[in-house]
Parts: sequence; structure tokens; C-alpha cells
Amino acid sequence: MSDSHPRVHDFATDFDHTDQAWVADPYPIWDDLRQRCPVAHSDRYGGAWLPVTHDLVSEVAYDTEHFTSRSVVVSERRPGPEDLPAPIGVAPPISSDPPYHGLVRRMLLPAFTPKPIAALEPFTRELCRELLAATDGRASFDAAVEYAQHIPVRVIVRFLGFPQEDADLFRDFIHLILEEVDLPAEEREERFAAVDAYMDAQIEDHLARPRDDLTSFLLAAEIDGHKLPVEHVRGTMSLLMIAGIDTTWSAIGASLWHLAQHPEDRRRLATEPELMGTALEELLRAYAPVTMARLVATDFDFHGHPFKEGDWLLLPFPAANRDPAAFDQPDLVQLDRAQNRHAAFGLGRHRCLGSNLARMELRVALQEWLARYPDFELSDPAAVTWSAGQVRGPRRLPLTIRDQGR
Amino acid sequence: MTHATLRVHVDPDKCQGHNRCYSVSPDLFELDDLGISSEAGAGLVPAGLVRLARLAVANCPEHAISLTEVAS
Repeated sequence: MSDSHPRVHDFATDFDHTDQAWVADPYPIWDDLRQRCPVAHSDRYGGAWLPVTHDLVSEVAYDTEHFTSRSVVVSERRPGPEDLPAPIGVAPPISSDPPYHGLVRRMLLPAFTPKPIAALEPFTRELCRELLAATDGRASFDAAVEYAQHIPVRVIVRFLGFPQEDADLFRDFIHLILEEVDLPAEEREERFAAVDAYMDAQIEDHLARPRDDLTSFLLAAEIDGHKLPVEHVRGTMSLLMIAGIDTTWSAIGASLWHLAQHPEDRRRLATEPELMGTALEELLRAYAPVTMARLVATDFDFHGHPFKEGDWLLLPFPAANRDPAAFDQPDLVQLDRAQNRHAAFGLGRHRCLGSNLARMELRVALQEWLARYPDFELSDPAAVTWSAGQVRGPRRLPLTIRDQGR
Repeated sequence: MTHATLRVHVDPDKCQGHNRCYSVSPDLFELDDLGISSEAGAGLVPAGLVRLARLAVANCPEHAISLTEVAS
């Protein structure tokens, strides 16, 4: 939601993912573009493309020859020579291209399989209960601010082995990086430097006193017999923080927003706990928070469109998830949807590293919420606000509790 | 008289570790240290797990899982 950007009148030729209309409700925009384009263009951000069908989104996700991940967040500033060059990029491995990408990813994958993630579940459950206990007896409160946003921050802070009291600091970092994309380049630079300084202090502390956490794991990790350069460790640590927080906060918030408006779905989840497996995937499909981005790596023709090296490409997995060619009645949330190849965690080699962590947090957050507050509704639909940028979720979500539950 | 048995298979070149199949049925699939899935054992699907095998196929975002009939 940019003051500096003029309002969009035609998303086919001038799209902007920070425009008020997109932020408030992007689904009709994508439906319209699917009929008319289905690859939209914009001169904003120095030139950008937007495919909106499941087929085209998949095609781009699998094509690492014509598209580079050197930068995955569209902003006024393209990565320049001062940034780590491809294939490493500023935040490996999300910003890395193959074959280097595979090496870094393989190093990280063991930390994110179901088993180590399950070890974080008791902490997460206890945290959810604490947050809910703090709302005890109140008829209404903001579930995005007082519940959803705290969960992923505090879980990732624990996973990385940073002090719990720094959790608040991270929310500011993330807001800057993901949402304030229209700030002047110099101002963003300055604030990025502050993130780097925090990471450096953590690295020093962990080098001096290694412990059993993800930061020490990264500092001890080797690729081809070599420890990672410090800027690589810093990049990956910021990536885990950035990618792990706003995203899951959004998924939890959007799921509660849905449940607040669908009493039948609330009832089903409460009375058929075995439904949680498909329900989670369906909520992730319908309200997938994350849109990724690529840079065009080389001049080429993409389905009749003249893609030029350095053009941005917005990769809207949430739009792919609402494509009627890929999903039956895509705008209808069906908690028992049996066939659901959703792309909420991306497709191909950049599949979200933290998907098991995100699923665990979302499941525990919903289970604990529903156990305590089985019946609730939006206090005021007009008071709900959504984040701008490439991660979509409610940032203000006032709910009214109708039944105090247990 | 032969009667068809189903065999499930995960293409290791297509699997990206979404773990959707594993969450559908930890009996039919197993994960390696990197979270990449493969069929458990020879991939033969017991009659009681046919529904879950089909569900795993229908939910793999990478279309990495196949189900074929083998004569037995």
C-alpha cells in the first residue's frame, strides 16, 4: 500500500502487488488476468511480468535456465555488483541457482525433516497455550497481533538459538524487508545493514560458545570440506528468520480469519479431529501466503512475450492455487478436499525448506485455539487489514469470542 | 486366476521433499535424511492401504508418485 505509487487502473498492463486493490483482495484480479492474458506486464519496478495460471507458474518454477533466483523479493532495487553474485546470492539457498543451490540445500535439509521439527512441537504447544491464557476472560482481541504473530517468531528464535527477548526486534526487520518495498533504496540499505549487524553479533557469540541450535549447526557445516563464509551463514540465518516468520504468521491468521466466518468448518474441525490433515492443506491452498519472484536470466520469448534479461517476474503460487484448470471449485474451501496438489510451498528445487515447520506450527496453533475458543467471529469485517507485498496475511484481525470453551 | 496388486513408486528425480505422501501414510513411504521420499520396501500396497496410496498420488505437488498394477 504505497503512497509513492500511483493507483493501478489496469492490472494487465500496469500491475503492482502493493496496490490497495491487490492487497485487499487479489483473487478477482488474478481471475480476470487468467481470462485476459494470462501473463501480465508492468513497467513498475523497472519492468516486471506476472503469470497467473498453475501451468505457467509451474513452468517458471522448474525453469532455472531462463530465470535466476538471485533476488526473490521485487523492489525498486535490483541486486547489483555489491551483492554476492549468483550462484550464491544474498541469502542462500533461496537466492542460489543450480548447481550450487543443491549443495547448500542438501546441507540444510536434515535440520528440517519431520523428526527434528517434531522436537519443537512441545515448545510450540506450550507457547500457544501461554498466549491464549493471556487472553483469558476477554470478549474480543486481535488474533493477528496477540496470537498468530508471536508463534513463528518465538519458534524460529528458539530454533536459531537467539535470546527469546529479541523476538520483537525481528518483527520490525521483517516488516521492512517484506512489506516496505517501496522505500527509497538508501533507506532500505541502511536498515538491511542493521539486520547484518545483529547477525554478526550472534555469529560471534555462537563461535565463542557453540551450542545445540541451528546457528551453531550452520557455523559447523561444511561444503566440500570447507566451512561456509561468514556472509553465507549470515545470509542463511536472515533467510530462515525472514522466511519463517511472516509466512507462518500469515497462514495462521488467514486460517483463523476463514474459521471466524465459517461456523460449519469450525464445528467439523472440533468434532472430526482426523480432518486436520486435509484441512491444513486446504487452508494452505486457499490462503497460500507466499508469492515468490525471479529475475529473467536471459533475453527470450516466453509464450509470445519478449522477456529481457533483468526483468522481474512475480511468481504467484497463491494464484496457481486458485486456478480452475488445476482445482475443482478453487474458491471454495473444502476441508476434506481429497485431491490437492497445491503449490503453497512452491514447486521444484526451491520447495520451501521450512514446510514441515510451518505445517507443525499451523496445526498446533489451530488445535490449541479451537480447544480453547471453539466459537468465534470477526468483531468487524471492515477492521481486518492485510499485509502488502509478497507475503499475504491479516495484520489486524479483531475477533469476538462467543463461547469461552474450557 | 490372477488378481491385481498395486505397487506404489516415488520417482527420486521428481521428489522435492514436500512430505505430503509421508503425512498421508508413513506405512507406505519412508524418508531419507534429507526428507526425500521413497516407497517402503518393494512398494506393494496392502489391500487396506489402497485408498491412502491413491490419496498420496493425488496430493503430490511434483507428480512424483505412480501406482501400477502388478500381477500376483
